[in-house]
Amino acid sequence: MHMADALLSPAVGITMWGVTAGTIAYCSTKVKRDLDDRKIPLMGVLGAFIFAAQMINFTIPATGSSGHIGGGLLLAILLGPYAAFLTIASVLVIQALFFADGGILALGCNIFNLGIFPAFIAYPLIYKRIIGRQPSPTKLSIASIIGVVVALQLGAFSVVVETVASGISALPFTTFVVLMQPIHLAIGIVEGLVTATVVSFVYTARPEILQSAMGTRPFGNISVRNIVLAFLALTLLTGGVLSWYASENPDGLEWSIAKVTGAGEVTGTEQPLHHVLAAIQGKTAFLANYAFPSKQGEKAVTEGVTAGKEGQDTSGRLGTSVSGGVGSLLTLTMAVLIGFFLRRETAGKG
Amino acid sequence: MRSIDGAVLDLKRLDLLATGDSIIHRLDARAKVITTLFFIVMVVSYKRYALAELTPFLFFPVITLALSNLPISYILKKIAAILPLALFVGLFNPLFDRETQVLLGPVAISGGWISLISIMGRSALTVGSAFILIATTGFIAVCHALNRLGMPRVFTIQLLFLYRYIFVLTEEATRTTRARELRACGKKGLGFSSFGPLIGHLLIRTWARAERIHMAMVVRGFSGEFHSRQINRFGHKEYLYVIGWSLVFIILRTEDITRIVGAAFTGIFS
Repeated sequence: MHMADALLSPAVGITMWGVTAGTIAYCSTKVKRDLDDRKIPLMGVLGAFIFAAQMINFTIPATGSSGHIGGGLLLAILLGPYAAFLTIASVLVIQALFFADGGILALGCNIFNLGIFPAFIAYPLIYKRIIGRQPSPTKLSIASIIGVVVALQLGAFSVVVETVASGISALPFTTFVVLMQPIHLAIGIVEGLVTATVVSFVYTARPEILQSAMGTRPFGNISVRNIVLAFLALTLLTGGVLSWYASENPDGLEWSIAKVTGAGEVTGTEQPLHHVLAAIQGKTAFLANYAFPSKQGEKAVTEGVTAGKEGQDTSGRLGTSVSGGVGSLLTLTMAVLIGFFLRRETAGKG
Repeated sequence: MRSIDGAVLDLKRLDLLATGDSIIHRLDARAKVITTLFFIVMVVSYKRYALAELTPFLFFPVITLALSNLPISYILKKIAAILPLALFVGLFNPLFDRETQVLLGPVAISGGWISLISIMGRSALTVGSAFILIATTGFIAVCHALNRLGMPRVFTIQLLFLYRYIFVLTEEATRTTRARELRACGKKGLGFSSFGPLIGHLLIRTWARAERIHMAMVVRGFSGEFHSRQINRFGHKEYLYVIGWSLVFIILRTEDITRIVGAAFTGIFS
């Protein structure tokens, strides 16, 4: 579920960073305003708890495999949406930096996929609705299971959208969806069951913890209208930005955008960074045709040009790929040699 | 299944490396954070089939690694541990993308294989640079740097808290699971019915601990802010580091150095 940098395009990565940074800033001001400062250590310690609890595996009955708790919805139940979102985000930051569990550029995507849905969809719209004013063990269990399943389904779907929009993986949209959703349905049911047992346990052992979290304090409440409005804005923003910058693949997303806009060809699908770089490159002129050699090949492949032309293209690319291969080897050797040299220098000094 | 002890030891080791002293360690954390982020964006900005173009980007991790005196084998092992994951995410590319891209004599290589290798290369570069950032800077310094670059205060405090208590709570989780294992008489897996109470107990103890911590902090005058004495400053060295590397990345991104070097080299012999 944690996305890596290697599958992301900068446009998608930076857009999601922006969205996530905005949400973190919003939640931070919310937490700061509404918070009794008792919650600050609670958030940190509960984040560490989730981190530790994720390392304890349980066996899934009848399968022989093992799983661990997800934690997003559990945090929302215990802390309310804003503080929970910040806590999930901080757990993901540590996982990315220390265990490379999800990349740094992908942090925006990962925080969005694993934080927004449990905290701002599953908790207020599903969990709280089912629980109502009078919680009972049955209601708690049903609410936890459905909440986790929905949050994971939405998260998995946005992983697919973000990956396909980036255009590094060759997996077609529909295949990816068909792969991801059922797997995460299974994971969701298991995680939901576990979350339900933990919540029920806490409810029987220390009911005041859940009651204080669910109580009438403004901290845990969040209006549905605000969520709907925020998501509408978010959809428009990401939809607009992502489709504008989307990669060159004529996949489902882009194709449907072309249909919608009525344009025969989607223009402006180049990544903005590439535009800037191309402009710089145009000024420097030297070897201008060399800099993006793969673009032509990529176009030819994706647009399905006739075989003859493609063959010509391939042989044309052969020349450049030989110099590319030789160049790579030389650069690698050079990098390693410089590394050794610097190492000896610093070791000598130190 | 990852052993809890192993993971915590790994975390400690990576953080201990940051206490080292080298030209890279001494740089202001902000400079290293900005440069690493820019590096990652540049590396992932390449199209699906980029491979040769990525190789010069190896200079950044190699040079920082060499200058910072980090144990190379340790960092390489950490990167290698990630690569199977990258292989897994890229594995679908050869299946779905079978168009021939390169002919090496009689061997036709499809675009899928090239993009698979490209994904592995990207993973190694991005993950490697992130590990080097943490190993030369340390998590706490990275947090303060992010805070000074505009990250909200509440989130910074939350991150620092979380980091501090990871060690405490993972140790507690280790003790709990060890206690269960000793009483389980050789039964390997942790069953569903005992998992809930086990995690639940841990949670309740955690909650009580948080309350004690808060009381202790209030007694010592905590009012929602952490105060720290910052001694680092953004000087000439930092500007040089950030601007120098950024220029290098931009040049690598706009000019295909690999092909120029390769063409020059093959040109000499033909």
